[in-house]
Amino acid sequence: MKLRTVILAGTAMAFASSAALATDLTLVSWGGAYQASQKNAYTDPYMKENPDINVIWDESSAEAVAKLRAMNEAGNVTWDLVDVVASDAIRLCDEGLAIEIDPATDLAAAPDGTSAADDFGDLLVSECFIPQIVYSTTFGYRSDVEEWGGKEPSNICDVFDLETFPGKRSLEKRPINNVEWALLCDGVPKEEVYNVLETEEGLARALAKLDTIKDNVVWWSAGAETPQLLADKEVVIGSTYNGRLFALIEEQKQPVKMLWDAQVFDLDGWIIPAGLPEDRLAATKKLVKYATDTQRLADQAKFISYGPARKSSAPLVGKHATLGIDMAPHMPTDPNNAKNTFLYNYEWWADYRDDIDAKFQAWLTQ
Amino acid sequence: MSDTTQDGQVLTTQDGKPLKAALAKALRREKLRALMLIAPLLIFVLITFVAPIVDMLFRSVENGIVSETLPETVVALREWDPASGEAPDEAVFVALYNDMVIAVAEKTHTRLGSRLNYEQSGISSLFRKTGRRIKRMDEGGPFKDQFLSADKKWGDVATWQVLQQFSPSYTDGYFLNAFDAKRGAEGIELKPADERIYMFLFGRTLFLSIVITVSCLLLGYPIAFLLAALPLRTSNLLMILVLLPFWTSLLVRTSAWKVLLQQQGVINDFLVWANIISDSGRLVMINNQTGTIIAMTHILLPFMILPLYSVMKTISPTYVRAAKSLGANDWTAFWRVYFPQSVPGIGAGAVLVFILSIGYYITPELVGGTSGIFISNRIAYHISSSLNWGLAASLGTLLLVAVLVLFVVYDKIVGIDNVKLG
Repeated sequence: MKLRTVILAGTAMAFASSAALATDLTLVSWGGAYQASQKNAYTDPYMKENPDINVIWDESSAEAVAKLRAMNEAGNVTWDLVDVVASDAIRLCDEGLAIEIDPATDLAAAPDGTSAADDFGDLLVSECFIPQIVYSTTFGYRSDVEEWGGKEPSNICDVFDLETFPGKRSLEKRPINNVEWALLCDGVPKEEVYNVLETEEGLARALAKLDTIKDNVVWWSAGAETPQLLADKEVVIGSTYNGRLFALIEEQKQPVKMLWDAQVFDLDGWIIPAGLPEDRLAATKKLVKYATDTQRLADQAKFISYGPARKSSAPLVGKHATLGIDMAPHMPTDPNNAKNTFLYNYEWWADYRDDIDAKFQAWLTQ
Repeated sequence: MSDTTQDGQVLTTQDGKPLKAALAKALRREKLRALMLIAPLLIFVLITFVAPIVDMLFRSVENGIVSETLPETVVALREWDPASGEAPDEAVFVALYNDMVIAVAEKTHTRLGSRLNYEQSGISSLFRKTGRRIKRMDEGGPFKDQFLSADKKWGDVATWQVLQQFSPSYTDGYFLNAFDAKRGAEGIELKPADERIYMFLFGRTLFLSIVITVSCLLLGYPIAFLLAALPLRTSNLLMILVLLPFWTSLLVRTSAWKVLLQQQGVINDFLVWANIISDSGRLVMINNQTGTIIAMTHILLPFMILPLYSVMKTISPTYVRAAKSLGANDWTAFWRVYFPQSVPGIGAGAVLVFILSIGYYITPELVGGTSGIFISNRIAYHISSSLNWGLAASLGTLLLVAVLVLFVVYDKIVGIDNVKLG
């Protein structure tokens, strides 16, 4: 009896003290340089202004979709704000695992008064999604390959040209982006790509094009692999996220250059999980409104080379916080880099992802 | 033994109860007490281990979502015959409208859409799009035209066929999928060749697991033998060398193999330097099956060595000495006397390594490329990426059944009591 009293009192005290000290908010992100940029640009200044909020980071974004579903089924959602890519946000929204956002009330307007809905524009690809950054999946190549005889790839189709540019390539171990690039280089016009892919013959055509380089491909599943493979000279050209290549080129000074041609824009942003209690939901909404305002999104670009998702943030992008170089030319959205971009079709992939992935994996194992 | 005396009288205890019943009661009490003692552990295992597994496996057949989200439609659709070649009539669309209004209010329609999208691509956006249009539809009907103008896929027989086929609360669809099969016009048929993948991966998983187990045994047996034969001080030192990698993070060890095995890696560099291979003929030892076998053999080796060692430690050296004094040469003494005694250790080690490797997925994912990945990599994909937990559960069930079958086969051939961990 006595022991029980002690335990009860202890638990009660623990609860009381934590409530009195601060509200803990758990933010989920990708870890590494990206999470550090979010911490520097959003949460550190926010916690300074709001001492009653304590942000805890969880590096689980890669498995966020499955974990959110498990939490939701168990009726115990322990995350408050989750960083996911747009396609995952659509999936979470469809599954009812994320709440819908009203841009008018939940997001801050631009300094000049433009509404959040207009400021983000087309990037609000799902009712649940709050975009943060535009990143692109694109290629980097080694600039010191002797066999190339001084030539450098300038076109996406050079990836498929083993004669002029021999050597291994690294591509992501999933169909998204790869099948689109393959069709583009098989002569399909940009605007026709998804219509062609929708047919059996179209996918077969894309896989046939990929077949021409299949023996020379190292397949990656984590974004850090291509930079490592390029640095180790394991591959001469490889696809990955542009921020990873920026770190490889500008921070690690490797002889690698960017091939921006046919880069595929994608979005990363926040979702708020469904099923949060009132008080935590209110605290989360307050934080997210602050973290996605014009200045905060521009600040993030000081730490990582991803483009802010708001139009109004673009003019505010400055220099890198430690390297001191101008960040604008390293943004995927910079006019020089975005001469030829490919628009990723979220809705289409939400429909065809499972089917095409099954066929793609079967093709990989052949 | 008989419980009656010769003159037919029943043997009783002192207080007159039949002896047999009294004994049974005492034994029962004993058993109950034993059960009470292990009860905490038993309940713990049931709640935290067995129940979640059963729950997960149940998902492989569970399919209540269609009839829960569209209850009226499912009933109305029973009358419809897909062979008619036409979409159902207005009555079904009325039911669909009623169901959709409720589903959209509860936001369950997109969930159903992603469930059915596993069966046919395009249904996900069909439900999303229709959900957005439902509020603007005219409540007075006619609904068929309104649905068709929202999305013409509502006029496709295929859409309705999927709905009808998956309306029961239980489905064999996930299992068919796991067997690379589907339900076609004439019953169950195999999928087209370019979509078959799971049976092939099961086969590869079993094959690679056997190769890994055998290579663990070949490498581990001499080491365990050495450990058991050496004096304790030296063998303890060697034991630390066996255990040290065991205590190192799995990811670190796997990445170390990358550094060693890749084409610009340490081994290839050495071979080129030593003029054994040419610079253009560097060996491909990673991102393929070789990489998976090497890395996993290394990772699982301690699981082979430890049971072998603990069994060999118990084999008395006097047997081998006796064999030799009776005229056996070294090989005969080992093969006829020592080896049979070490078989229980081989059995334990092999079962341990095989079962661990059959479910591995991190190492194959990192070093396996495309030819070295296991079925568990696909299960992980369906759990964490595609959210197709039903398919993941059915693949998991098949894997579990395969392991149990192999276990029974092993029991028949070697005997499970012939397995010793020490």
